[in-house]
Amino acid sequence: MSISTVSDVTVRKGEAGRAGGDVRSDLHIAFEERTAGGIEIDLQSRVDLYYGSQIRQQVRDVLQALGVEHAYVAITDEGALPFVIAARIEAAVRRAGLGKNKSALPEAVALPEPSVKDRLRRSRLYLPGNEPKYFVNAALHGPDAIILDLEDSVHYAEKDTARLLVRNALRAVDFGAAERMVRINQLPLGMPDLEEIVPQAPDLVLIPKVETPEQVSDVVGAVNSIAKRSGVTRPIWLMPILESALGIENAFAIASASGQIAAITIGLEDYTADLGVAKTSGGSETLYARMRIANAAHAAHVQAIDSVYGDVTDSEGLLRWGETSRAMGFEGMGCIHPMQIEVIHQAFAPTLSELEKAAKIVAAYDEAQARGLGVVSLGSKMIDAPVVQRAQKLVARAKQMGMAIEPAGEKS
Amino acid sequence: MSTSFATELVTNAIGRRVPTAVNGHEAVPYQGVDGYRSTGRKAGPPIRSNSDYPTNGDKRVPDLETALRLCGLRDGMTIGTHHHLRNGDRVALTALQTAARIGARDLMWFPSASFPCHEPVIDLMKSGLVHHIEGSMNGPLGDYCSHGHMRGLGVLRSHGGRWQAIQDGEVHIDIAVIAAPTADYFGNADGSHGPSACGSLGFALADSIYADRVIVVTDNLVPFPCVPWQIQGNNVDYVVEVPSIGDPAKIVSGTTQITRSPDRLRISQLVARFLRDSGIMRDGFSFQAGAGGIALAFVDYLARMMKEANVKASFVRGGSTKYLVDLLHEGLIGCILDGQTFDLDAVRSIASDPRHVATSPFTSYNFHGKGNFASMIDACVLGATEVDVNFNANVVTHSDGRLLHGIGGWQNCLFAGCTILAVPSFRDRIPVIVDEVTTVTGPGELIDVIATERGIAINPQRQDLLDAVKGKGLPIRPIEEIKAEVEEICGGKPAKARLVDNPVAVVKWVDGTVIDTVWQVADDNPYAPKVSGGE
Repeated sequence: MSISTVSDVTVRKGEAGRAGGDVRSDLHIAFEERTAGGIEIDLQSRVDLYYGSQIRQQVRDVLQALGVEHAYVAITDEGALPFVIAARIEAAVRRAGLGKNKSALPEAVALPEPSVKDRLRRSRLYLPGNEPKYFVNAALHGPDAIILDLEDSVHYAEKDTARLLVRNALRAVDFGAAERMVRINQLPLGMPDLEEIVPQAPDLVLIPKVETPEQVSDVVGAVNSIAKRSGVTRPIWLMPILESALGIENAFAIASASGQIAAITIGLEDYTADLGVAKTSGGSETLYARMRIANAAHAAHVQAIDSVYGDVTDSEGLLRWGETSRAMGFEGMGCIHPMQIEVIHQAFAPTLSELEKAAKIVAAYDEAQARGLGVVSLGSKMIDAPVVQRAQKLVARAKQMGMAIEPAGEKS
Repeated sequence: MSTSFATELVTNAIGRRVPTAVNGHEAVPYQGVDGYRSTGRKAGPPIRSNSDYPTNGDKRVPDLETALRLCGLRDGMTIGTHHHLRNGDRVALTALQTAARIGARDLMWFPSASFPCHEPVIDLMKSGLVHHIEGSMNGPLGDYCSHGHMRGLGVLRSHGGRWQAIQDGEVHIDIAVIAAPTADYFGNADGSHGPSACGSLGFALADSIYADRVIVVTDNLVPFPCVPWQIQGNNVDYVVEVPSIGDPAKIVSGTTQITRSPDRLRISQLVARFLRDSGIMRDGFSFQAGAGGIALAFVDYLARMMKEANVKASFVRGGSTKYLVDLLHEGLIGCILDGQTFDLDAVRSIASDPRHVATSPFTSYNFHGKGNFASMIDACVLGATEVDVNFNANVVTHSDGRLLHGIGGWQNCLFAGCTILAVPSFRDRIPVIVDEVTTVTGPGELIDVIATERGIAINPQRQDLLDAVKGKGLPIRPIEEIKAEVEEICGGKPAKARLVDNPVAVVKWVDGTVIDTVWQVADDNPYAPKVSGGE
């Protein structure tokens, strides 16, 4: 908030958003409270011809919802969509110290089915929380999840604007079949994040830099009380991110800190920095931490999810990394560019021979069950129960991935 | 200084109001894709005799001014130039400025395309030297025309349409000024060699054959004979040597990087998958490719799919780049039929590899040719600024009505076996799929597929394509559905362009008929997206 005095009247002002240069799909707004005269709008927009009257009307509607009756608003618009416009106006009004306990929520889109704990999470696409241009088309690239990030990709000075933008995106953007995840900031900075986003029912909240189970409990408590207060009944899963040596040491305790934890993951940039070692594309320096994560996750019956692969152009390196991850027991990893999604899905898919073998085992098990046999055998080999379970899980996952399942050979 | 053109307007076969006279000549309204034939004999240059030219073949004169004077430059003439030097061209502007020094007025400039480097032509229009332009207008030139400042009507033609207009006698070039990266004193000229090499010189071919007088301007004079030649010296009147015909850095680019825009990559990949899954990608097939962001990525995806399927293309037509040259060397394509040469690798390739062939609008596009290459292509991938629910498309104006692009070979390419427009469904908050395009440049019956990031729309007239991709897992959707989704995202239907009822230019169809009119824009939004020039 900045306050200046003009002819003995205190004028409250606030600015938000970005325009100019190569900015696209965003806008800059300068808001100035007035004592009389209604709303005056000074609009410069690259889409003025097409949507100028809608934009002016939206400005009035948003200001009214925020309880502002008299103001001067200067907007430079680079083709921001309505949910972005609403978020930027609200941020500017709040920065002016107005609009307390009020909000201007955009129209909501229909949500997909609630998420389940053990759903497919091969790929999660990171979207910087204050960069609206990537939101609308993110789901088209087919990630299993999108992450609206409020943490490392958002400058400290823009946390307030980003959380309004992310709130509006959760409400107004159709993310299709993708799981809607949000990465909040560490508490206490993460508290106002939760206040804004939990009422919009995100499917999963990523908690950064977790080192102790208590940190998880704090977030669980906050999420559940806000959800209850705002009438959200859909499940909100949690994914703690372990990013330090201490966090890795406490991996199992963290993974089992709450029944709402669906997965744990690792942040390799911070982890290697904590160790004071260089991060390499081979990843041998983080092998222990990743194995520890995988083991702790399985011990706690949650998913183990790997970090991101930083070189967007190196799809072969990404494929190798993903295949190694899968072999270690991870079920997915992060993406920093949509180009990585397809490669990751390829890496985490079972091979055809694995799948054929598993399908054979499942078929043999089904047949043994049908014939009331206690022992499952395939050819001359007896199949142990854990092997059957692994095969069943692999076949079920492959089905979720849309792979065709054809048991090699016939039932005999 | 706005000019109005009192002329009768009629509604043509695609429902657009068009003038019946253009710059004093009668104009035929569009009569359908294949509805019009001009008759009679082709236009030709005057008869010349070799007795009137130096027997030793040396046609050099000291400078461009001398050449223009010897060509008999006078008021009202038409000056033809080509655009192979793209935004690095120095010759077209120099020729016009020299004409101004001589004192000529009311010339018609007839470029095969204009670029941002030609912005000073605005001053030449204000001073009275240039009366009007018939050729692509974009950037500041486009804005000048769009605001009704030009004294004549702009005429936008495809590359093939420019050749058609010359052969029909609709446009008569008085003096052709041909920038040549290499030439000899006789006037034989080539584009593939020299410090200002640009590859093909195909766009200058018609000018060299049909103009009354032809001047070759070069900065790389070589001893006779200049071989290989693309322009025949036997058509040339004068040769002028200058220090530089252009800025090599702006004539050809370095290797263009494939886009990293997620949406463009997705569109490119969908187009490649469409060609594969529809069965168009098969051994011996052919395709057209350009140098734009989506086109490069499309070729990259398609090449990978061709390798996987062990399929080779017989030929590829279009703008050549390093990516196409690599495919040629890998044996994935049999031949490049090159219309424009975009980067240094492609220039080197066309100069040295016999399978990399320079072509012209005559071989590829001309309506009056006995066939043309563009219609022989199995699949062609193009862009557009707007597409409507009837699959009509616009490439010449922005959604606000301002002139944005020339037509280039776009209209001519629509005759390919399968024409695909690869476009985003909206740009920022500007829908690309609309109820009715601002300016019809191509009729929907020739446009088979619209590929957007939100799905692929197939023209209902192409049941064969709909059947071919059924069950292949491609996101095939009705165009109305994609449009509705985009309007939902953008917050309703966009308002239409605000236009004044005063024609500023016409868009010609490939046969010379008028398919649509470009109208004067009503007001200027100072914050409208900047229009970058280009062909």
